[in-house]
Amino acid sequence: MAQYLVLIYESEQAWANAGQEGYELAMKEHTEFGERNGSALRGGNALQPTTTATSIRSDGAGGFTVTDGPFAETKEALGGYYLIEADDLDKAIEIAKQVPARYGGVEVRPIMVFD
Amino acid sequence: MRAHPAVVAAVADAHRREWAYVLAATVRVTRNIDLAEECVQHAYAQALAKWTENSIPAKPGAWLTTTSRRKALDLLRRNATLSRSLPRLVGDQLSDGPEDAESQEIADDRLRLIFTCCHPALSQHAQVALTLRLVCGLTTTEVARAFLLSESTMAARITRAKKKIAAAGIPYQIPQASELSARVDAVLTVVHLLFTTGHTAPSGGELVRRDLVERSLDLARMLHSLLPDDADVAGLLALVLFTDARRASRVGGDGRLVLLAKQDRSCWDPRAIREGVELVRKALARRPPGRFTLMAAIAAVHCQAQTWEETDWCEIVALYDVLVQIWPSPVVALNRAVAVGLALGPEKGLEEVEVLATEPQLVGYSYLAAARADFLRRLGRKADARTSYEEALMFTENAVEREFLASRLAELAD
Repeated sequence: MAQYLVLIYESEQAWANAGQEGYELAMKEHTEFGERNGSALRGGNALQPTTTATSIRSDGAGGFTVTDGPFAETKEALGGYYLIEADDLDKAIEIAKQVPARYGGVEVRPIMVFD
Repeated sequence: MRAHPAVVAAVADAHRREWAYVLAATVRVTRNIDLAEECVQHAYAQALAKWTENSIPAKPGAWLTTTSRRKALDLLRRNATLSRSLPRLVGDQLSDGPEDAESQEIADDRLRLIFTCCHPALSQHAQVALTLRLVCGLTTTEVARAFLLSESTMAARITRAKKKIAAAGIPYQIPQASELSARVDAVLTVVHLLFTTGHTAPSGGELVRRDLVERSLDLARMLHSLLPDDADVAGLLALVLFTDARRASRVGGDGRLVLLAKQDRSCWDPRAIREGVELVRKALARRPPGRFTLMAAIAAVHCQAQTWEETDWCEIVALYDVLVQIWPSPVVALNRAVAVGLALGPEKGLEEVEVLATEPQLVGYSYLAAARADFLRRLGRKADARTSYEEALMFTENAVEREFLASRLAELAD
């Protein structure tokens, strides 16, 4: 068994346009996803939009630069994630395909294991 | 001791025929691709020495498999640290196989190997490189040469792909039934890509790269023997057979490209064509036919016409009509447009080609300009034809094809 992080990337603009109705639909979809895949789920969260993000970089001289905004500006932003457990990548992809992400898509990343 | 030429030939033959079998059987022991590769290479090196010393075994594949697996077991037993630290392939049926698995299981292992190499989570470049490296047993140098890349670039590509297989947990297994047809299609795409790269080398002095054509024919045959009931696998094998059956007539004695219309059909390989026709007939019986089956059926119409004039263009257009529906690719649409021109005349063909000229994927595609040029030439619109031939020349890198376009252009000079 290996663990994978399923990162959900979606257009924040599309989310904003979808309004309350879109929000409720997504909540329903995520609840259903959770019920179907409960045994594989090890965690997951939704994130506040990137307008709330703060980026912190070491300036290489012992100090830090703190700036408003996400690390990288992209059309589709990280909006949430699930931590899942699966036998292999095919099983992980099978679950990832069910993750609701109507305004974008998901990325599957294996969790690094340190021996 | 120098290896005897007969032994060198036998080892080379076993390399071409048995590599995937020996590697797959060894992976069953090592559950690690790199270690298995090392052991297989060792076995082939041993074969050169031992077969010279003793004699060529009756079953070279079995000899190589035994030697390679023995080496693997030896390495794993002697080096417990190695066996602990190796990243192990994940797969559903690897653990329960006995060491001397039945040949059916190893046949399945070859499929596992192929499906792993052609996994959609790998880039298509990586899929092609891994297939040549692991399934065909080409060296990294040979794979690099086949794609005109530097050896270091190719080595990095293969290493990265193998790392992803291990780190991301790409399973070493035959996909489940619901995924199977999409995954088989990915494998066929890789084999077809290898074939087309070999059949018309994208650049360089020769039209055909025999090595790639033969490797893809081997792969298509192997897939057909492993998946005898898959219609599109049979379709791909037929397509490769038909296209390759015409190879002797594609380039003239002077090295120039000979168009299908002008090819000496008596040079075509009748045995390959017969085999292809038989395969297509069976594959077409399955509904709905897949894209490789349809392409093979189109090639079959060409191969069965005694002369260019007798080609059943209406049948070809009808087959393309079905093909563009299941495979809406602009390149397929262009081929259909050309067929329409041959069935209904250059005016109609030109019309169809012009519709496609705005397809982003076809901008800068030399065959579109060449098709337009040919229709214009046949309509007697010399100046327009010249412009199109010039455009086609700009986008063509293969020397033999360039020669052909230049000669057409010269014919149109006032």
